[in-house]
Amino acid sequence: MKKYVQIENVQMSFETKQGTFVALKDIDLKIDPGEFITLIGHSGCGKSTLLNLIAGLLMPTDGIMLCADREIAGPGPDRGVVFQNHSLLPWLTCFENVHLAVERVFGNTESKAQLAQRTQEALALVHLSHAEHKYPHEISGGMKQRVGIARALSMQPKVLLMDEPFGALDALTRAHLQDELMKIVAATKSTVVMVTHDVDEAVLLSDRIVMMTNGPAATIGEILTVDLPKPRNRLALANDAHYHSLRGAVLEFLYQKQAKKAA
Amino acid sequence: MIRIKKHLAEHWVPPLIGIALFLFLWSLLAQGGGALPGPLKTWDSAVVLFSDPFYQKTPNDQGIGWNILYSLGRVGIGFGLAALIGIPLGFMIGRFGFLDKMTSPIVSMLRPVSPLAWLPIGLLVFKAADPAAIWVIFISSIWPMIINTAMGVRQLPQDYLNVARVLNLSEWKIFTKILFPATLPYMLTGIRLAIGTAWLVIVAAEMLTGGVGIGFWVWDEWNNLNVEHIIIAIFVVGIIGLLLEMMLVQIAKRFSY
Repeated sequence: MKKYVQIENVQMSFETKQGTFVALKDIDLKIDPGEFITLIGHSGCGKSTLLNLIAGLLMPTDGIMLCADREIAGPGPDRGVVFQNHSLLPWLTCFENVHLAVERVFGNTESKAQLAQRTQEALALVHLSHAEHKYPHEISGGMKQRVGIARALSMQPKVLLMDEPFGALDALTRAHLQDELMKIVAATKSTVVMVTHDVDEAVLLSDRIVMMTNGPAATIGEILTVDLPKPRNRLALANDAHYHSLRGAVLEFLYQKQAKKAA
Repeated sequence: MIRIKKHLAEHWVPPLIGIALFLFLWSLLAQGGGALPGPLKTWDSAVVLFSDPFYQKTPNDQGIGWNILYSLGRVGIGFGLAALIGIPLGFMIGRFGFLDKMTSPIVSMLRPVSPLAWLPIGLLVFKAADPAAIWVIFISSIWPMIINTAMGVRQLPQDYLNVARVLNLSEWKIFTKILFPATLPYMLTGIRLAIGTAWLVIVAAEMLTGGVGIGFWVWDEWNNLNVEHIIIAIFVVGIIGLLLEMMLVQIAKRFSY
């Protein structure tokens, strides 16, 4: 099967005043099309760094990174990014924020009406058609994050990259958006890489959970395959023995094998 | 009804008491003899003055309206030129670190210089009073615009730049959709500071250069020993400065996110 994202032997180090700091080393990961991958680990383990490497916001010190057989040489619209703090431009409406992305990717080949339609479709996908003329400060945090997802998906990326997208939201909104994300991913057959620190979120959403060791020089500790059937329902899973054994495996990795020394 | 009363008490009563107290102290000072005219005398004089603000007798004897308009004109030209040069310069200094380091010693050194110190240079170069006054306005209002615009560009959140990189936006789109709107509030602060300084400086500059203008008018009335008119001029300068400030605050409100 064709590998969508290929990461081989990647190392990332930063130059600091105290010398070279190795953040990541020996990272090997292959992601299939349509796969939902979560990166989990303690803070400082370099999971966001790995995501930024795939996004092309950072360049690796060593190793090979490919997306659809092409080298990742910088950020590009084939990899849509959803930021933790939504990063919507406050002077643009929801429509304009999404349109900015649509225009960049399809502006050369499609008419204005088609661009507007793509924008509206993206907003409809996250159920925000009614808010398209609102400014970011006029909508809730959960809605902002949904606009961020719409913006990323509107570019029809090969991979959707999400950096703790629901981390700043309250638990109820987070659960609601997780459910919506599952529906959207199922409908669009997106390939997703998501950084999270929430074990339940990882087990609920993922096909595979990539568990990272503690930094410095963090690497991939274990990869857990989540073979729960889809579509998944959080209520049904609450009493599912297999769900709990998977959840237990992640907890064991985080709090036993990679237990953080008391700071 | 009670609400309206409360609103009156909170928003109108304290300023009115302040003004009344001010007028009382003023008339007390005027009572004590000396040449200082009291509020009533000044008011009478102002009524006469503003009943014919646009007369033109000789080049040196024109209505108060003309004097105000000439001063505003000089400020407008000097300030406009400063904005035309200062804002783009501020953008470049904020965007390119090299240019920032290159210009920063010069800007830091010249900024604290009293604007009037530039007047002789203006007179020397332009060989005329009017352009020299405009030059002083230009040089005094350019610094806040350069510094604030550059600061706005430097403080652009990394998040917005990441969005630009991830969406792969063109330089033009980055400028129009991200850099310019993000910097606008800082720019408006610079403009507000600049216009405040410019209006402050024009009175002093015109005292030295002469011609028609509110500053020269003050000096002329001093020579005529018409103290009422000097006091009126102080109020006029103050009120116009306040109006300019309020106008820019309103504009800035429109563009805050």
